[in-house]
Amino acid sequence: MSYIKKPAARHPKLKVNSLGLTIRDYEGSMSTLCAGCGHDSVTAALVQAFFELEVEPHRLAKLSGIGCSSKTPAYFVSEAHGFNAVHGRMPAVAAGANAAHRDLLYVGISGDGDSLSIGLGQFCHAIRRNVNMLYVLENNGVYGLTKGQFSASADIGSTSKGGMANQQRPIDPVNMALSLGATFVARSFSGDKDQLIPILKAGLSHSGFAFVDVISPCVTFNDHQGSTKSYAHTRSHMHEVIETDFVPLRTEITTEYSEGSVQGITMHDGSVVKFHKIADEYDPTDRRAVLDYLADVGSRGEIATGLLYLEETGVDMHGFENTVDGPLVEIPFADLCPGSKGLEEVQKEWR
Amino acid sequence: MARESDYGVNDLGLKIATVNGTGSASANGLLLQALFRMGIPVSGKNVFPSNIQGLPTWYEIRVNKDGYTARSPDFQLAIAMNPESYARDIEEVVSGGWILYDNTRELDDEFRRDDVTFLGIPLADMCVEHFQGSRIRILMKNITYVGALVALLDIDMDVVKGMLQEKFASKQHLMDANFAAIELGYKYALEHFDCPLPIRLEAMDKTKDCVMVTGNAAAALGCVYAGATVGAWYPITPATSVMDGFTEYCRRFRVDPDTGKNNFCILQAEDELAAAGMVIGAGWMGARAFSPTAGPGISLMSEFIGLAYYAEVPCVFFNIQRTGPSTGMPTRTQQGDLMLCAYASHGDTKHIVLFPADPKECFEFSVQAFDLAERFQTPTFVVSDLDIGMNDWMIPKLEWDDSFVPDRGKVLAADELEKVENFHRYLDLDGDHITARTLPGVHPKGAYFTRGSGHDKYGRYTEDSDAYVEVMDRILAKVESAADHVPAPEIFETDGGKSVGVVSVGGCHWAVLEARDALAAEGIEIDYLRIRGFPFSQAVEQFLEDHGTVIVIEQNRDEQLKNLILLETSCAKEKLQSVRYYGGQPLSKVHVIEGVTPFLTREPMEVSQ
Repeated sequence: MSYIKKPAARHPKLKVNSLGLTIRDYEGSMSTLCAGCGHDSVTAALVQAFFELEVEPHRLAKLSGIGCSSKTPAYFVSEAHGFNAVHGRMPAVAAGANAAHRDLLYVGISGDGDSLSIGLGQFCHAIRRNVNMLYVLENNGVYGLTKGQFSASADIGSTSKGGMANQQRPIDPVNMALSLGATFVARSFSGDKDQLIPILKAGLSHSGFAFVDVISPCVTFNDHQGSTKSYAHTRSHMHEVIETDFVPLRTEITTEYSEGSVQGITMHDGSVVKFHKIADEYDPTDRRAVLDYLADVGSRGEIATGLLYLEETGVDMHGFENTVDGPLVEIPFADLCPGSKGLEEVQKEWR
Repeated sequence: MARESDYGVNDLGLKIATVNGTGSASANGLLLQALFRMGIPVSGKNVFPSNIQGLPTWYEIRVNKDGYTARSPDFQLAIAMNPESYARDIEEVVSGGWILYDNTRELDDEFRRDDVTFLGIPLADMCVEHFQGSRIRILMKNITYVGALVALLDIDMDVVKGMLQEKFASKQHLMDANFAAIELGYKYALEHFDCPLPIRLEAMDKTKDCVMVTGNAAAALGCVYAGATVGAWYPITPATSVMDGFTEYCRRFRVDPDTGKNNFCILQAEDELAAAGMVIGAGWMGARAFSPTAGPGISLMSEFIGLAYYAEVPCVFFNIQRTGPSTGMPTRTQQGDLMLCAYASHGDTKHIVLFPADPKECFEFSVQAFDLAERFQTPTFVVSDLDIGMNDWMIPKLEWDDSFVPDRGKVLAADELEKVENFHRYLDLDGDHITARTLPGVHPKGAYFTRGSGHDKYGRYTEDSDAYVEVMDRILAKVESAADHVPAPEIFETDGGKSVGVVSVGGCHWAVLEARDALAAEGIEIDYLRIRGFPFSQAVEQFLEDHGTVIVIEQNRDEQLKNLILLETSCAKEKLQSVRYYGGQPLSKVHVIEGVTPFLTREPMEVSQ
C-alpha cells in the first residue's frame, strides 16, 4: 500500500467533461490494497469510465460486500454514496436500493469469495431478478484478507503460495451467469485497460444486470508460478474473443459497419456497443453458441475475454414488478396512504 | 380433562375437528362471522398442521357474552368430523356437553362416553345423495354441519344465508349447493334433536362498533398506511399472510390509475438474509421498507440486522412468532423470540421492539414502527405471534387521523446540504444522540460511506479505540432514548395495596385480563402492567418498584421477558416470579390462575372453570 497522500492540486490542463469535472473528481480515497494489486487497476478503469460517461457523482450508488475487492468502492468517486454490506450479500442491498430508487446508477464490486462462495445464492438471484446494475467481480482465485486460502474460482491444479494444488472444480462465473440468463456477460483482465474500459462503459449503459468478471491478480498470495490467476498466466492464456467499442449517445456515429466483421447493438440509453469480431463465427447475441464457444476455449486452458454476450431487450426487476417509472422514494406520502376513507372501505369487508 | 359444563346463553366453547385440505376453513369462517354479525362477542382459533392435505386440523370458536376472547380449553360442543382424532376430540368435551359426528360410519364403542350427548348425523351419506362429484360432496359436508349448528344453537338463518349470498354472488351453482347443504343439515337437526340445545345463542348488540380481522392483515394495512413502498420477504408460516395482505391492499390502493403501474415493490427474496438486505438497501435510499418473518427468519437476518444497527439504517421487521427452537412447531404459537429480537446480531446491539396484543395494535404499531425506525435510524421490530397474526379477532374499528404526517427523522434536504460546509454522517450536533442522515442522489455534499466496519463520528473507517467507543456509546444512548417513544405500557391498577403486580406482554393480555377479573371476583385484586415496547420506559421501572412481588407471565420456557426485565431495569431478582406456558396454544385464563395462585399472599384459590 501507498502511504503518500494524493495532492489536492490539479494540473490546469486536465481534461474537463461536460459536467465541468476532471478525472480527479472521480477518484476516491487512497487505496490501502497491496502495491500492484489488480483491483487498483480495475478501480482506475472505473474512474476513467465514469469520467468519460460523464456520470454525476452523487447519482452513483456504489456497493460492495466484504473482502479486498469490496474495499475498492472507497477508492473511486468520493461524492457517490457507498454501501459496504455484509459478506456476499451486496446483491440484496443493491436490489432493495434499486427497488426504492431506480434512477440512480448502481455499481456493485465483489470478489470471488464474496460472489462464488458465501454469496453464490445472492449472485445467482440478482441475475434472475435482473437488477439494473453493473456488477464487477474482481476475480483472483484466492482469499487475501485471511491470507491465501483457495477460493471457489481456483482452477484444478492451481497451486497456493505454499505449493498445495487445488483439487476441487472451479465455479466459472461467466458460465454460470450465461446459464442463469444474464443479459450482459463479459470477462476481462485488470491488466488490459483498453479492453476493460469500453466493457465497463457498456455495462453501465446496459439496462439490466451487467456482469463483468475481471481476472485481477493478487500480487501477495496468488501471483506465483503454478497459479492460473497470476499476471503472467493470464497474459499468456488470454483469448480475446471479441473486441468492443463503446460509442456514447452524444457521439455522432459515422463509422460504417462492414458486414460480417462489425456488429452494432444500440443500448437502452441510445448509446451503441460495437463488436469487432475476431472469430468470424462468434455471435455475442446467441447464448447457446456463446456457451459452446466458451466451452471450447476453456477446454484448451485458455481464458476467453471480451463482452461475450449481450441482450438489450431483457426485462429488469422493475419490469417484473411493474413499478412506476420514477423512484418510489419520490412519491409523496399523500399518494401512498389511503386515508380514513380507504380504511372505512376496507373495514366494511371485515364485518 | 373433562369438566362440568355451565349451561348458558351466549357462553360456549365449540371445537370443530376436521381433516386439513377439505374446505372446512371456509365453513368455519362462515360460522364465526355469522355469530359476529349476530352481535355476539366471539373469537376463533385455528389449530392447524404444517401440511397441505390429510392431517387433523381443528377450529375453536369461543362465544362469550361478556366479551372474553382468550382461548378457553372448555368445549361444550365438538364437531367431530375426523375419525383419526375422535379419541382426543371426544375426550376434550366437558361433562354434560355434546358431540356432533358423522354417523355414516357408526362410532366405535371405545369412543363412547356416558356423560356427554352424541348427536349423529349421516353427513357423508346425505352429501352423496344430494350432490354430484367428490370434491363438492366433501366441501358440502362442512356446510351441512354448519346447517345443523344453525338449528342446534339457534343461529340466525337469515344472517347465514345473507353471507352465502354475498360470498357466492357471482357463482350461482355454488350458492345453490351451499343453500341446499345448509338446509339439509338444518332440517336433519330439527327433525332428530331437541333444538336448540341449552347452549344456544341469542342476538346481541356487542359487535356493532367492531370488526373481525387477523393481526397479519391489520399489520399489512398498517404498512400501507405508514407509506411503506418496499417489502421484501421469504415465505414462512405464520408471517406469509402479512405480505399477502400488503400485496392485496397495495393492489387496491397503490396502483397508479393513469399508468396501471405500482407505487410499491414487493420482492420475494431467495432467503431471509436477502430479504433483510433488500429492506436495508431500500431504507438506505430513504424508502420505508419492511420484512415480515418468523423466528427462523430473524435468526438468518441477524447479521444484516447488526449492520443496520451499526450503520444506522432505518428498517422494520415483523416477527410473527411461532414455536421454536429450530423448525419447532411452525403452526403453533409462542413468545420465544423476545430476547432474540431485543438483541439480534453479534456484538453489542439493542433494538426497538413493539409488542402488539391484538390486530388493532398490529395496525397501530405497524405505523408507529416506521416512524420510530426513521426517527431513531435503527432496526425496529414488531413482535406479534401466530395467534394474533393468523387468527380472527374481534377488535374495535380501526381509526385513522387524516392529518397524520410521518416522522421521517433527521434527513437533510438538498437545500440544507447546500448550506453546510461539510456533512458528517455520525456527528451529533445537537446532543440528542441522533445524527442527520442524507439520502443518495440528493446532493454531492451528502455523500458518505455506509459501512458495518468500524467508523468514527465523521463516517470514516477506523480501528481507533476511542473513535469506535464514541460512536458505540452514542448509538446506545440513542436507542435507549427511544424508551419514551415506544408505546407506553398499559397499566391496570386497583385501589387495594401494591403487594402483587403482574407483568405480561403481547397476546397473553386477554387471558391475563380474564384471569384478573376472575380473581377479583374472588376478592383477590392484582395490579397488572402490559409491556408494549422495548427499551422499557420509566413507567415499567416504577411499576416494578411499586410492587413487592411481580409475577411475569409469558409464553416461553426460558422466562425471556423476566430476564429482559432483570437485564434492563433495576428490579431485584428476588421480587420477580415467573409464570410460563409454552405448549404452543394461545394462553388461557386457566394457565394464568393456576400459575399465579401459588404466589398470591392469600389462600390459593380453586380454579373455577
